[in-house]
Amino acid sequence: MNWLRARLFSNWWSALATLAILWLAWKLLPPFVEWALVDAVWRAADPRECRAPGAGACWAFIWEKHRFILFGTYPYEQQWRPAIATGLLVFLWVFSSFKHSWKWWLPALWVMGLALIAVLMWGGVFGLAYVENERWGGLILTLLLASAGIAFAFPLSILLALGRRSELPVLRAACICYIELIRGVPLISVLFMASVMLPLFLPAGVTIDKLLRAQLALVLFAAAYLAEVVRGGLQAMPRHQEETADALGFSWWGKMRLVILPQALRLSIPPLVNTFIGFFKDTSLVLIIGLFDLLSTIKVSLQDPVWSGFGAEAYLFASLVYFAFCYAMSAYSRRLERGDAPRLLAQS
Amino acid sequence: MTRRARGLLVQAALAAALVLGFGYLACNAAQNLGARNIASGFAYLWREAGFEIGETGFISYSAADSYLRALAIGLANTLRVAALGVALATVLGTLLGLARLAPNLLLSKLAGAYVEVVRNVPLLVQLFFWYVLITENLPAPADALNPLPGLFLSNRGIFFPLPGNVPVLSGFNFTGGGALSPEFATLLAGLVTYTAAFIAEIVRAGVLSVPRGQVEAARSLGLGRRDTLRRVVLPQALRLIVPPLTSQYLNLTKNSSLAVAIGYPDLVSIANTTMNQTGQAIEGVAVIMATFLTISLSISAFMGWYNRRVALRGLAA
Repeated sequence: MNWLRARLFSNWWSALATLAILWLAWKLLPPFVEWALVDAVWRAADPRECRAPGAGACWAFIWEKHRFILFGTYPYEQQWRPAIATGLLVFLWVFSSFKHSWKWWLPALWVMGLALIAVLMWGGVFGLAYVENERWGGLILTLLLASAGIAFAFPLSILLALGRRSELPVLRAACICYIELIRGVPLISVLFMASVMLPLFLPAGVTIDKLLRAQLALVLFAAAYLAEVVRGGLQAMPRHQEETADALGFSWWGKMRLVILPQALRLSIPPLVNTFIGFFKDTSLVLIIGLFDLLSTIKVSLQDPVWSGFGAEAYLFASLVYFAFCYAMSAYSRRLERGDAPRLLAQS
Repeated sequence: MTRRARGLLVQAALAAALVLGFGYLACNAAQNLGARNIASGFAYLWREAGFEIGETGFISYSAADSYLRALAIGLANTLRVAALGVALATVLGTLLGLARLAPNLLLSKLAGAYVEVVRNVPLLVQLFFWYVLITENLPAPADALNPLPGLFLSNRGIFFPLPGNVPVLSGFNFTGGGALSPEFATLLAGLVTYTAAFIAEIVRAGVLSVPRGQVEAARSLGLGRRDTLRRVVLPQALRLIVPPLTSQYLNLTKNSSLAVAIGYPDLVSIANTTMNQTGQAIEGVAVIMATFLTISLSISAFMGWYNRRVALRGLAA
């Protein structure tokens, strides 16, 4: 009772806030629960069931469209392939999050995993029918754009961060220009650059399809942001580490590879995960240049005239999916921040 | 080879590679543009645009005006939503940040849940959600919601009274008073609620960084809670808050480019239309990038000046 008084009614304005929040909850929560759960239509053969008076949220819409939302226009009877690819990708991420797996073979495992996913998705070998990447879509496209984006951007960002701290003025200037230019403009302009400008810069006859161009833009974009995080880790390294390595006669590459980077990267893991979250959310922008990622397939589903008008349900569902992925990542990053980072540094 | 000579060699190679690379791309571009009969350069900016713009703000515009004028309107729209967004997000973010630190359990948990949810959902999803909520779920102007006298919420936008000028329903829509189009209202609401969640975390971290001893000292000197916050905690917290706040302002401005997805005629949206009509992709992207770089640098410069003002003398760096 005392606890309740201290935390909810300690003074008159705290009491007022408590009452206001309780009143709002009383006003808003029951109607929302009624709409979203009690009166909701979960399965319906006909959208008219959702439009009946008194019907709540139309989750039947999501059920009706779930194959398209998850897999886009991927051939229907082949959709087990993106399904396995999605599972594989999620497994790779979860597996990489354990500290025991931060070994030299982890990048190799990623290369193998991505290669396997590429085989699954494209096909054309082992009796799998070839599926061109214009037909890829849905959740797997979002996950692939994010995963491949990070996988390629991360090594690039390390080079950029090292370049930015280099003693060579031309190299340093080039890296600073690149990082600041990309960070100064919105992602959508980089995507436009890849989708409408890049074809003009390729030699006649050479074309790169839209998915790869968007992927390239995302890699270039993410690399600039990740480079700044890596630079933060490098800056946090005590000077004596570098001096000791120099005194021991390490070459520059040896010093970086064996002494500085292993420690600096471990230090920057929590902010790196936060950048990953931002990047994962940013992949939804490929919708604007016409790729069918998760958000885009949801938006297209709404254009079906038979099932139109369930936008609130559709975007709540989209929010839920994105939230599940991002929340998992942010909870992970918080756990690392709370206790692991200093210990990791001591360990290495 | 000495270290110095190797450094010079590496840099020379890099410079040569950059020059050759860009030269190669430029050659390709020149050939491709020639093959497609696209004249490069910015001369097209003075040609007639030929498309209407839904929202022109204070600048008059018709389809007969030039592309340049259309882009200027886009820029004005971007700046309008960004300036309003920055101001409102700062207020909401500060309130949320302080609410998270409030002794009241309900209030702090509620603010925490808000931050957690909003930060983990892409802004674009939130924008689509708001847009659907306004255009599909609000009633038509005739049955507009009227929560406060003179304030009307409808699927044609939000109407509010100005001094001596109250919105009145006439025909199918409201006239008089101030009005926010559904697109503008969506973008503003989305940008403000999204950025405020990030600002709340920055404010919270800033306030937490002030040592407890400072608060205790202020309280024992007889300052009330509010004075302690205003005169002791905030001035010290601001030093930690301002640099990350700057990058949130920059993010909000850059994120305003998502307007293109919901049809608010901001700079990116109009540049996109321009590119589609004229095929001048390089120039269009260059206009967008140059404008945003200028805005980014201006905000950085202003916040740098402000940061030096709030920083301790002798510590400003």
